[in-house]
Amino acid sequence: MRLYADSAKCSGCRACLVACSLHLFGENNPKKAALTIVPHFPVPGTFEVKVCTQCGDCAVACPVDAIHQNEKGAYYVEPDECTLCMACVDECPEGMVFTRPDVDYVWECDLCSECVDVCGPGVLWIAEQEEA
Amino acid sequence: MCGYAGRILRVDLTHGTITKEPTPAEVVRDYLGGRGLGAYLLWTEVPQGADPLGPDNKLFISTGPLSGTLFPGAGKMDFATKSPLTGGYAGASMGGMLTAELKYAGYDAIILEGISPKPVYLYIDDDTVELRDAEAYWGMGSFALEKKLKDELGEEFQIATIGPAGENLVKYACINHDFGRQAGRGGVGTVMGVKKVKAIAVRGSGGIPIADVAGFTRVAKEAYRACKEADGFDAWTRYGTMIVTSWCDENGALPTRNFQSGSFEQGPSIYASVFRQTIVVTDKGCFGCPTPCGKYSHSEKHDIYVEGPEYETNGMLGSDLGIGDIEDIARANQLCDELGVDTISTGGAIAWAMECYEKGVLDREQTGGLDLRFGNAEAVFTLIERIAHREGWLGNLLAEGVKRAAAEVGQGSEKWAVHVKGMEQSAYDTHDATSMLLAYMTADVGAHHNRAWAITYDIAVGRDRVTLEKVAKVIELQHIRPLMDCLGCCRLQWVELGMSLDYYAPVWTTRGKTCCTSPSGCGI
Repeated sequence: MRLYADSAKCSGCRACLVACSLHLFGENNPKKAALTIVPHFPVPGTFEVKVCTQCGDCAVACPVDAIHQNEKGAYYVEPDECTLCMACVDECPEGMVFTRPDVDYVWECDLCSECVDVCGPGVLWIAEQEEA
Repeated sequence: MCGYAGRILRVDLTHGTITKEPTPAEVVRDYLGGRGLGAYLLWTEVPQGADPLGPDNKLFISTGPLSGTLFPGAGKMDFATKSPLTGGYAGASMGGMLTAELKYAGYDAIILEGISPKPVYLYIDDDTVELRDAEAYWGMGSFALEKKLKDELGEEFQIATIGPAGENLVKYACINHDFGRQAGRGGVGTVMGVKKVKAIAVRGSGGIPIADVAGFTRVAKEAYRACKEADGFDAWTRYGTMIVTSWCDENGALPTRNFQSGSFEQGPSIYASVFRQTIVVTDKGCFGCPTPCGKYSHSEKHDIYVEGPEYETNGMLGSDLGIGDIEDIARANQLCDELGVDTISTGGAIAWAMECYEKGVLDREQTGGLDLRFGNAEAVFTLIERIAHREGWLGNLLAEGVKRAAAEVGQGSEKWAVHVKGMEQSAYDTHDATSMLLAYMTADVGAHHNRAWAITYDIAVGRDRVTLEKVAKVIELQHIRPLMDCLGCCRLQWVELGMSLDYYAPVWTTRGKTCCTSPSGCGI
């Protein structure tokens, strides 16, 4: 399973980011989300939604095996095991492993689907991985 | 205090000093935030008789307790000041991302007081707050500057700016943000201009304290679901406020040629369906909006990008000026945004001048050579520029608003200066629409529709009837709508999609049970 996004439908409202931070940290803080919205304004006037593809490169890169898979198949970081070495951050091709100065571990999308629930225009959905 | 950032930023522009004060708990208990907090601060801090453009006036920029939280439409910010346009209370609401970002930075409100000796911009990066030199930015267009500051400071910064019109003290200058959102009415941008504050840039990394995360999240998600499952969801999110155009035209409420008529013979060419098909690039929502009415557009004809037109702009820069080309309206919209003038008042002022020209009260010499016939889009573009720069006799005159302009010109032109308290009327023709007329007459800020949108009630019950029920309806609307303005969220989920008012109470008044925001719930 992985999270998919149709950026063309995104209106940039960021409800997904807040829902994500409430789930991951119990905080109403979109800077602590596991997906991003990049606005491209004033030209050409589009929003780009970036999400984790669950490729697993982070888990391979982790030198202390702190990255595991949950029951949905999502790679997640075990906070107690993370040493903040940044190997996974450097390795991630999508820039979807996150850090903040006030958090002592990295985090990524755990496929909780809270973002999908609040998105008005239906940008986001979770489905089985498409074969490459 | 859950729901609040807990601090207010006071900026003394005269002395260049910045102080961080605790948000007074007893005040937000009584006035909540947003429009309530702004009006309270204006009433208590600005002395009677203060000149709107003098050092005693202040600009109060307020968030609400729901602003920036996971609640549908929690992206509204209130700007309060003594209005240069009306001489009374100005309260303007703005969507976008700034209200959320300001709270993440740790502030519920900003108070701008005094007058800076030189152009500055207010830089806020969490606890770092500075007045920075803006000499090089003076004269720049609103969105040109927003882009420049984003390039310099980073995409995460949320930015509000004024255009040249604010600098030139056009009486209805607006404040721009997020490439298309405005605090439009009453000259809030004029006050920012006279204070020489060209922009405000904010970045915040913090969160908003919530008393019961699980309870709040549950109610908020239910409210989101209600919006998404509402009958009107598809049409509303496809067309936004422009959906109102055809309804107004068909019901004789679309202002046409300075409110001389309520329907426009070219109306169908500026309806929402044409708009969506012709120029819309993307939907653009304010913070936390499941039902985005914002539409970002590109006009190939004029090679410009603009957010909108919204309905009010479509009416006031379109049909009310006799313009029936959606791309011409988009161009006029973009000029107003970039130059920093309110589209409603600008349309009202130009429509008045066009009627003067039609009736022979203004001649071509007075218009500075412009052929101000209704429908002449090129003349409108030129006149918008002249108003923003106070250029020529007519540009300078219209920059004062229709009330002062008509008093100057006389010759009966006062009769077609459409305003209340000096504020140009927004885009609903109130001939035989007595509830809406009453709503305009009794709105605190002047002739603006957001205090009570009663036109639908007029149409529903018979517009020419004068009844006590109509009065009661206006009073009811005037009592519900401040709720959203004070909480710092949008009213359109309730107005347009019928989201129940019952969702609002649980998230801020249950005294600690499922409360996110109630001061009472936090033991204050």
